[in-house]
Amino acid sequence: MTGANSFSVSGYGPERAGWTRIFARDSVARRLDWPMLLAALVLSLIGSMLVYSATRNRTEINQGDQYYFLVRHLMNLGIGFALMIGTLWLGHRALRNAVPILYGVSLLGVLLVLTPLGATINGSRNWIVFGGGFSLQPAEFVKVSIILGMAMILAARVDAGDKPYPDHRTVVQALGLATVPILIVLLMPDLGTVLVLVTIILGVLLASGASNRWIFGLLVAGVLGCVAIWQLHILDEYQINRFAAFANPALDPAGVGYNTNQARIAIGSGGLTGAGLFHGSQTTGQFVPEQQTDFVFTVAGEELGFLGAGLIIFLLGVVLWRACRIARDSTELYGTIVAAGIVAWFSFQAFENIGMTLGIMPVTGLPLPFVSYGGSSMFAVWIAVGLLQSIKVQRPMSA
Amino acid sequence: MTNIPETGRTPRVQIRLVVIQILVLSLLGTLGGRLWYLQIRQGAQYQKEASGNHVQQVVDPAVRGDILDARGVPLADNETRLVVSASRTDLLKQKDDGKAVLTKLAGILGAKPEDIIQKVRLCDAKTPQPCWNGSPYQPIPITDKATPKQALQIRERSEDFPGITAEPEAVRRYPGPGKSNTAQVLGYLSPVTDDEIQKAKDTDSPYLRSDMVGRSGLEREYDKELRGKAGVTRYEVDNLGRVIGKAKADPAESGSNLVTSIDSRVQRVAEYELDKAMKAARTQVDKNTGENYKADSGAVIVMEAKTGRIVAMASAPNYDPNVWVGGISAKDYKALTGKDSDYPLLNRAIQGQAAPGSTFKVVSTAAAVQAGYVWNGGYPCTSSYSVGGQVFRNFEGENFGPISLGRALEVSCDTVFYGLGDREWKKDGGINPKKGQPKDWFFKTAHQFGLGKETGIDLPNEVTGRVPDRQWKLDYWKANKDAWCKSGKRNGSYVEKIAYENCLEGNKMREGDEINYSIGQGDTLVTPIQEAMIYGAVANGGTEYAPTIGKAIISPDGKSVQEIKPRVQRKLPVSQATLKGMDDAFAGVITRGTAAWKFNGWPQNKITLHGKTGTAEVYGKQTTGWLATYSKDYSVIMTIAQAGTGSGSSGEAVRNIYSALYGVQGDGSVDNKKALLPQPQKGLPKVRTDGTIDSPKVTGDPAKDAEASQKDNPSNGDSQQPAATASPTTGNRNTRRRPRRRGSRRMPS
Repeated sequence: MTGANSFSVSGYGPERAGWTRIFARDSVARRLDWPMLLAALVLSLIGSMLVYSATRNRTEINQGDQYYFLVRHLMNLGIGFALMIGTLWLGHRALRNAVPILYGVSLLGVLLVLTPLGATINGSRNWIVFGGGFSLQPAEFVKVSIILGMAMILAARVDAGDKPYPDHRTVVQALGLATVPILIVLLMPDLGTVLVLVTIILGVLLASGASNRWIFGLLVAGVLGCVAIWQLHILDEYQINRFAAFANPALDPAGVGYNTNQARIAIGSGGLTGAGLFHGSQTTGQFVPEQQTDFVFTVAGEELGFLGAGLIIFLLGVVLWRACRIARDSTELYGTIVAAGIVAWFSFQAFENIGMTLGIMPVTGLPLPFVSYGGSSMFAVWIAVGLLQSIKVQRPMSA
Repeated sequence: MTNIPETGRTPRVQIRLVVIQILVLSLLGTLGGRLWYLQIRQGAQYQKEASGNHVQQVVDPAVRGDILDARGVPLADNETRLVVSASRTDLLKQKDDGKAVLTKLAGILGAKPEDIIQKVRLCDAKTPQPCWNGSPYQPIPITDKATPKQALQIRERSEDFPGITAEPEAVRRYPGPGKSNTAQVLGYLSPVTDDEIQKAKDTDSPYLRSDMVGRSGLEREYDKELRGKAGVTRYEVDNLGRVIGKAKADPAESGSNLVTSIDSRVQRVAEYELDKAMKAARTQVDKNTGENYKADSGAVIVMEAKTGRIVAMASAPNYDPNVWVGGISAKDYKALTGKDSDYPLLNRAIQGQAAPGSTFKVVSTAAAVQAGYVWNGGYPCTSSYSVGGQVFRNFEGENFGPISLGRALEVSCDTVFYGLGDREWKKDGGINPKKGQPKDWFFKTAHQFGLGKETGIDLPNEVTGRVPDRQWKLDYWKANKDAWCKSGKRNGSYVEKIAYENCLEGNKMREGDEINYSIGQGDTLVTPIQEAMIYGAVANGGTEYAPTIGKAIISPDGKSVQEIKPRVQRKLPVSQATLKGMDDAFAGVITRGTAAWKFNGWPQNKITLHGKTGTAEVYGKQTTGWLATYSKDYSVIMTIAQAGTGSGSSGEAVRNIYSALYGVQGDGSVDNKKALLPQPQKGLPKVRTDGTIDSPKVTGDPAKDAEASQKDNPSNGDSQQPAATASPTTGNRNTRRRPRRRGSRRMPS
C-alpha cells in the first residue's frame, strides 16, 4: 500500500523515518487488514477487465473510444482508493462526530435528485447530473451515512458504559434517522436501494444488541411493507413485470424476461473455464443489456467460466469474512455496528446482484460492489473499506 | 464498565454476529452452488442456446440443372428474372428503419409505399399478411417482375438505395421447344414441406427451407441430381442482428443437367397427332351407343426398339407445366387436381391402364407355342365358339376355316384363341383342378412378358397393370365376396347376376374367364408403356429393355458425364422361328390386315412397319382403342379411351408419327432431309468446355411441317369406318365384339 506514507497516525509508536516507519511493528501498515484490501483491489481490477470486455464494442455508448469505460473505471477506482485512504486518515471515530454533516449532505443529495436537477435513467430518478459527463447517485452515500448515523445513536450510551444494550427510545431515534432518507429513495423510486437500506437497518439493529422484539418487529414490518407496496400499486409496471418475469422466465422472452434469459445463457455457456476474456459471443454480440453495470457478472460467467466467476464470489467472501472478523474484534460497539452494517450492505447487494444474473433473485438495478462500472458505487464501497480498515487499525484505543 | 466485556460486545451481540457471519457464508454458498448448476450441470445446453443466439444463416439457392432432349434442346431450364430484394439488416441500420428508401423504391416500381413496407415486415402472430415469413437475414424479395429499366435505376443509384438489390435470379421454366409440351414426363416442382425437411435431415442431401422439390415426372425421379446443393453462409450477429463476423461459407453447387432420350420434335409430333386424333374421334358416332365418341384421354409412346429409350411420350389431356412456376394459384391447382378436372397431371402412358384387347394376342400366341401347339397347325377359325350353351362370337361372324397361328394373329381370329384357351383350361383341370395340376401357360407367359408389374421406367408412380390369374382371382374374391354375396341376386339385373355368380365361384378360374382372357378382355389390364416394351422386344428379336428416359447426367461444369445405359430386363419366352412368324403376321396387319386401311400407300418395302390393333371393352363405357406398332428402330404405341377401334382412332396419327420420323411424304416417297429421326439418336449432345451444352435451335412447329408433307396421303381424312375397298383380304375386322354373356365379369373397376 503505497499511499500509507502520505500520512501518519500520531500516537502509535515512536516516529521513524522512511519505509521502516511504515512497516514497523504497530505501524498502520502492519495493522491494516491486508487480505481484505487485496481481495477488494483484485475484485476492482477484475471488474475493470470485465467492464472493458463488455463495452469495447458498444459504440453507441462508448463515444467511439473502446477504452472509454476502462479508463473511467480505473479513474473511479483511483478516486475510491483515495477516498478510502482519506477515511482511514480521518478515522471512523472522527467521522462519528461529523455524522450530522454527512447525514445532512446525503439527505440534501437525495432531495436534489427529486428536483429538476435529478435525471431519470432506466425508470429510476436517482441521478444528479453535473456538467462534463459527471454524475452522482446520492443514494449510494446514504448507505454510508445511515450506517454511521445509526451506529452513533445506538452505540452512544452503550460505549459510554451506561447501558448494556440500546434502549427502545434510542432504537426509535435510530430508526427515525434511517426512515427519512428511505422514504425519499422510495419516491425516486429506487426499490433496490430501499431493500439494501432495510437490510442495513436489520444488520445494524442485530449488531447493536437491540431487543429481539425490534428485530422481529422489523421483519414483520418488512413483510407487511411488501404486501402494502404490492396492494397499493406503488410499484411501477416495469417493476411488477420484473417480478413476473422472475417467477416465470419463459414469459415474453423478447420483453421483460429478455434480460434474465440472456444473462443466464451467457453464464451457462461459460462452462468450467469460459470462452476466454474478450471471446464470449454473448458479450461480443451485446445480447445482455447493462452488462458493464448491473449485469457485469455475466461477462465473468461467460468469458472466465466457473473458475473465474467462482473466484469473484470467493473474493467477495474474503472481504465479507474479514469484515465479520473486524465486527467481532472491535473493542467498542460503535465499530461493531458500523462493520456489521457494511457486512449487511455488501452481502445483500452482492447476493442480489449475482443472484439476479443467475435467475434466483428478481431483477433490480443494483451494482456488484467493486466490480460494476459506476463512480458513486465505487466511491461508496471504498469509503466503506476505509471505515473497516479504520476500525481494524484503531482497535486498541484509549478512550 | 459493569458487565461489558473488554471487546465491547455482550454475548447477545457476539451470538448475533456469528449468526450474521453464517448467514453471509450461506448466501455466498448458494451463489456458488447455483453457478455450478448453471455452468457445469447445464452448461452444454446453454452453449447451444448461445450459438443459436448469435449465428444466423443466409441461404444462396443452387441453380437447378436443366432437363435436355436427346439433341441438347432444353425441355426444362431456368429463366432469369430481375428480382428486387431488400435486406432487413441494412434497412434497420438506417435512421428511420429504411422507410425513406422503401418509399423511394415504391416510386420507381410504381407501387404503393405501404405495400412494400408491409412486404418487408416480419410475420408474427399479430401481423397479418402480407409479411415476410422467412429468415430475417435472408434478402426479402419485393418483386420478381422488375423491368431492366427499373433494375438499372436501382443499381446505378445504389447509394440512394442502401439495402436494396436488383439481381437476376434463376426461376424454373419449361420452354416447350417447337411447341412441345412434355408436361407429365417433366413433372413439376413445389416448395419442400416440413415433413420432408425432417426426413432428409440426416441424409447426405438435406433440404433447406427455401428448396423446391420435384413432385412428379423427371423432376422428381432425378431430383437429387438436378437439385444441386444450396450455399449457406453463417454469420455471427449481435443482439440487434448486425453482422459482426462471417462464421462459415459453403458456396452453392449447381445441379447437374439431365440429358434425356426425348426428341422434342418427335414429342411435338406425337402430342399434336394424339390431340388431333382425339378431336377427330369426337366427331365420329359410336354405333353401339349412338353418341359421339368421348375420346376423353389417350397416350402415345415412341420408343427405341433396340434400347428401350423413350423418344416421345405424350399423355392427354395435358396442361401447361409453367403454371407451377413461381407458385401455383389455388384456382389453377383445383383445375389440375379437383374432382371436376380430367386429371391432366396423370401420365397416362405409365399410369393409365386398360384391357389390351387384341394387342394381347402376341402373348396368347407365344403361350400357345409354349403349351405345345404347332405354329402351322390348322386351327379352326369359325364364326363363333360355343361353350356350355354360351356363344362367343368372332367379330362380325367371319369364318376363315382352319388356319395357322400366324394367320390367326394376322386376321385377329378370336375363335382360334377361344379354342386354345378353352383347351388349356380343360387340360389344367377345369373348374376344380387338382393341386399342382394347372400349367396356366396363358398366365405364365403373360408374366414372362413382364405384365402385371412395373416396367421399371425412370418415372415415379408407374402402375402395374394386371394379369387376372388364379392367385389374383382368389385375392380379389376374398376382398369383395362379402359385398358380392350381399348385393348378388340370381334373377336380378345384369350387375346383380354377376355379383351372384362371383359370390358363388369368383375364387375359381371359370371357363369363360380363360376364354375372355385369351383375347385380352375381361380383367386383364396393361399400360401403354408395357405394350411399348413388349412390341419393342418383338421388334428387336426378343429382348425386353427397361424403358428409360434419362440418358446421361452431366455435371454443371461438363466434366463428369454419367451415362444411363439401357438395361435388359428379360428375354421373351419365344423362339426366333416363332418371332419370325409373328413379325410376318404383324407386317400383314399393316399391308392387308386390320390396320391396312390406314396405311394405304405406305412405302412398306423401304420402311417395314408391323402392327396390331386392339379394342378393349369397358363396362358402361365406350371402347378403348389400341394400336401397337413397330419398325426396325422404333415401337409406337397409341391408345385412346372411348374412341372406338384402335386403327380407326389412332391409325392415321401413328402413320403420321412414322412419316415424320422417317421423312415419308404423302406420295409414299422418302425424303431423308425431312426425316426427323431416321435412326435413333446416337451419342450425347456436345458439351462445351464451359460446361454448357450445345443444342440446335428448334423453330416453328415440327408437327405442322410434318403435316404439310402429308397432303397427298391417300388415307388422310378417312373416317372411323374403313373404306369398303381398303383391304380386299381382311375386310373390316379391326375389332371384335363378344356377346355380353352370363358370367363374363366386366365390372367397372
